[in-house]
Amino acid sequence: MIDETFVDLSRLQFAITALYHFLFVPLTLGMTWILVIMESVYVMTGREIYRDMTKFWGKLFGINFAIGVATGLTMEFEFGTNWSYYSHYVGDVFGAPLAIEGLMAFFLESTFVGMFFLGWDRLTRRQHLGVTFLMAVGTNLSALWILIANGWMQNPVGAEFNYQTMRMEMTSFAELVFNPVAQVKFIHTVSAGYVAASMFVLGISSYYILKGRDISFAKRSFSVASGFGLASILCVILLGDESGYEVGEVQKVKLATIEAEWHTEEAPAAFTMFGFPDSEEQVTRAAIKIPYALGIIATRSLDEEVEGISDLEKNHEKRIRNGMLAYEYLDKLRNGQDTPENIATFDGLKADLGYGLLLKRYTPNVVDATEADIQQAVKDSFPLVGPMFWSFRIMVACGVAMLIVFALAFYYNAHRVIEQKRWLLWAAVFSIPLPWIAIEFGWVVAEYGRQPWAISEILPTFLATSSLTTNDLIMSIAGFVIFYTGLAIVEGWLMLRFVRQGPSSLHTNKYHFEKINQQPAEEQGAQS
Amino acid sequence: MIFDYETLKLLWWLIIGILLIGFAVTDGMDMGVAMLLRLVGKTDSERRTVINTIGAHWDGNQVWFITAGGALFAAWPMVYAAAFSGFYFAMLLVLFALFFRPLAFDYRSKIDTYRWRNNWDWALLAGSAIPALVFGVAFGNLFLGVPFNIDNLLRASYQGSFFGLLNPFGILAGLVSITMLMGHAGMWLQLRTDSDVAKRSGQYGRYALLVFIALFGIAGFWVANVDGYQIVSMPDTQSYANPIGKVVTSAPGAWLDNYSAMPLTLIFPALGIGMAAVAWFFSKVGKPALGLVSSSLMLVGVIMTAGASLFPFVMPSSNNPNVSLTMWDAVSSHMTLNVMFVAAAIFVPLILAYTTWCYVKMWRRVTVHEIENNTHGSY
Repeated sequence: MIDETFVDLSRLQFAITALYHFLFVPLTLGMTWILVIMESVYVMTGREIYRDMTKFWGKLFGINFAIGVATGLTMEFEFGTNWSYYSHYVGDVFGAPLAIEGLMAFFLESTFVGMFFLGWDRLTRRQHLGVTFLMAVGTNLSALWILIANGWMQNPVGAEFNYQTMRMEMTSFAELVFNPVAQVKFIHTVSAGYVAASMFVLGISSYYILKGRDISFAKRSFSVASGFGLASILCVILLGDESGYEVGEVQKVKLATIEAEWHTEEAPAAFTMFGFPDSEEQVTRAAIKIPYALGIIATRSLDEEVEGISDLEKNHEKRIRNGMLAYEYLDKLRNGQDTPENIATFDGLKADLGYGLLLKRYTPNVVDATEADIQQAVKDSFPLVGPMFWSFRIMVACGVAMLIVFALAFYYNAHRVIEQKRWLLWAAVFSIPLPWIAIEFGWVVAEYGRQPWAISEILPTFLATSSLTTNDLIMSIAGFVIFYTGLAIVEGWLMLRFVRQGPSSLHTNKYHFEKINQQPAEEQGAQS
Repeated sequence: MIFDYETLKLLWWLIIGILLIGFAVTDGMDMGVAMLLRLVGKTDSERRTVINTIGAHWDGNQVWFITAGGALFAAWPMVYAAAFSGFYFAMLLVLFALFFRPLAFDYRSKIDTYRWRNNWDWALLAGSAIPALVFGVAFGNLFLGVPFNIDNLLRASYQGSFFGLLNPFGILAGLVSITMLMGHAGMWLQLRTDSDVAKRSGQYGRYALLVFIALFGIAGFWVANVDGYQIVSMPDTQSYANPIGKVVTSAPGAWLDNYSAMPLTLIFPALGIGMAAVAWFFSKVGKPALGLVSSSLMLVGVIMTAGASLFPFVMPSSNNPNVSLTMWDAVSSHMTLNVMFVAAAIFVPLILAYTTWCYVKMWRRVTVHEIENNTHGSY
């Protein structure tokens, strides 16, 4: 039987390490482009302040980047260590984008990141700008390939099950790469990263302006951040990833649970802005609805329906029954009865094999599942509505708040009155955590919303694990928690220290702390 | 498809080998540098000299390791699945150790206190010595067979324990790994630093090479006496990949069969030992550039020796030899191998090109004097 605690711990460990890793990724994605913008201005105008900006923000980028690299290693190991059956079952398809990510993106990013930090004296200005640019391209390409891999988990196209090898095998590399879900996820995720980096620079620059330190440095940084940030947040919101919810059954399930749409409404459906979903009664209490909005957002039309949970349930039940048959034939094929008729029958049923595998949670043989098992499996083929509903709304609320901050920052900055708007500067400082909150909840929507599947409609999560024990996992989770807490403390402490010092940490003798006091006591320890 | 399935399987065996060689020659060298750090650098400036010889390159070098892992996932998914979950605590140990390296490189120079920097030096040592040791131990255990099984639904399960890996032969292989990387790094540091640091680097590098030669020789004689694995019968190499369809036996000394069948492969162990000796000689006579070339060839020899001895096995099972993973049957589908081959053929030359450009741009001896004059622009 399936040990639910073991499965839950496996998921918990992956969730902890992935969410932790993604605290550092967004800043890397966006900061590289901000560095490219700043350094381009330096190369074009030759004004040293822009070189200092590149170096200072680059320093903060470096502190963040190091820990991103370290925690990224975990992600590469973890499919093999903790999701061993997953690795076997879909490695033929899923491994390819990961390996290409290494070849095409990681090498580019990592080779040039060293040159970015240490190559200032060894390269011409243009060469160094080229290095920064290639580093940014590499970083963003790595997001592309990992999201192609992740997009395939959500909408597994271009692959087919092979009973002889007992795994999914690639049938079309092009379909894998041009998976519509992967494309929208890529745009959504990288622009969210740009937003995070912009908010980071905007907030810290605002702090310097509020403190009256290094004003010209801070205002220039503020300008770059407000412009880039406004463009990025518009991109995140307008090209959000709703369009991806049209494809694939599991994407539809996500949409229905995000909206707590219990029953299919007549087109165009209303959007529930707020309310309290109740899974027992299948109703949303105290709902505030905007007519037509959901239909337009989700289907981009006025006459297509958004399927509700009760209709999706009916569909799942049908496919689970089909899946039982598929499993029965798979058993035959793997036990020597691989006659052409059996193969043909299996081929007709295998699209639903994954639904059959869902029953393994209740009965190892699948084919002897009772009616009660089937009903339970149907119920369990959805993520809980509550977490989906709320996570999505927290994400959107943060997004809207950031849109307002960036729009005002851009507007007042363009009118050159930003220094007088101290309330806005404080708002920018306190908005620094918002992109991270939005992004983490965004991942909860995307990945929790995929449950109970590891690969949508192909491989249930509880089957995807390694053959380890609950004790193994308790020990490894404890190890990760201890290590990651330590890393966070060191990183946070160093980051704060350099943020407080500001551009004075460059030791150019031009900035605040070095001007007012050649050797300030508090700063003496800091080098480099 | 450019090649038939059998050819692609062979090519991927070779590509995984090339990626592992790339890993040893570049990132392995960085690990060796970190292991030598406290021995050859006595003052902070000397240590910074050592670190800055690889400061601009360590991150790119580490990608050889990451890509080897990714390629394993894509080309040999069953090996990736069985090895990573089987060696669970060994892999976590490597992982936790590796956390230290990016942080140590980037954070060490950011605060100028003895305690801060000294702690990061230890972190760098741990982050380099532990992975080097564990990888060696893991390779050693491949020769002994790994206690795992694969069921009819192709789920792999491991029946050994972490401490089972720490057997005498495994530890010997771990020490081979550590000494070869220290020897290789010694050549690099002798070439890229000057005065006292270069002198000490050459010295310690040569010690490491001598110990390596002795240990590698012992391992060779040892392998002649352990039970190796042989395939008795297996499905056609052109057919689909399924690791549970063959019959395997074990026999003492079977790991040397490939050498008698194909005497040309003896060149690999010969390179391993011979080039270590040649590197020792060039270092001794003050030609570290040639020493570095020789020690790189030594690494090629060592890794290919492991590959050629085990061939076609990748991960033999001691519990149920019939489910041993080989490069014929633990692989991806024809299409995936083909797609990945095209990707590797395009990107590996590109990577080599721009990596070379970076090394050329940064090529200059790193001196204590230079570090002290550019204290804020160096690691």
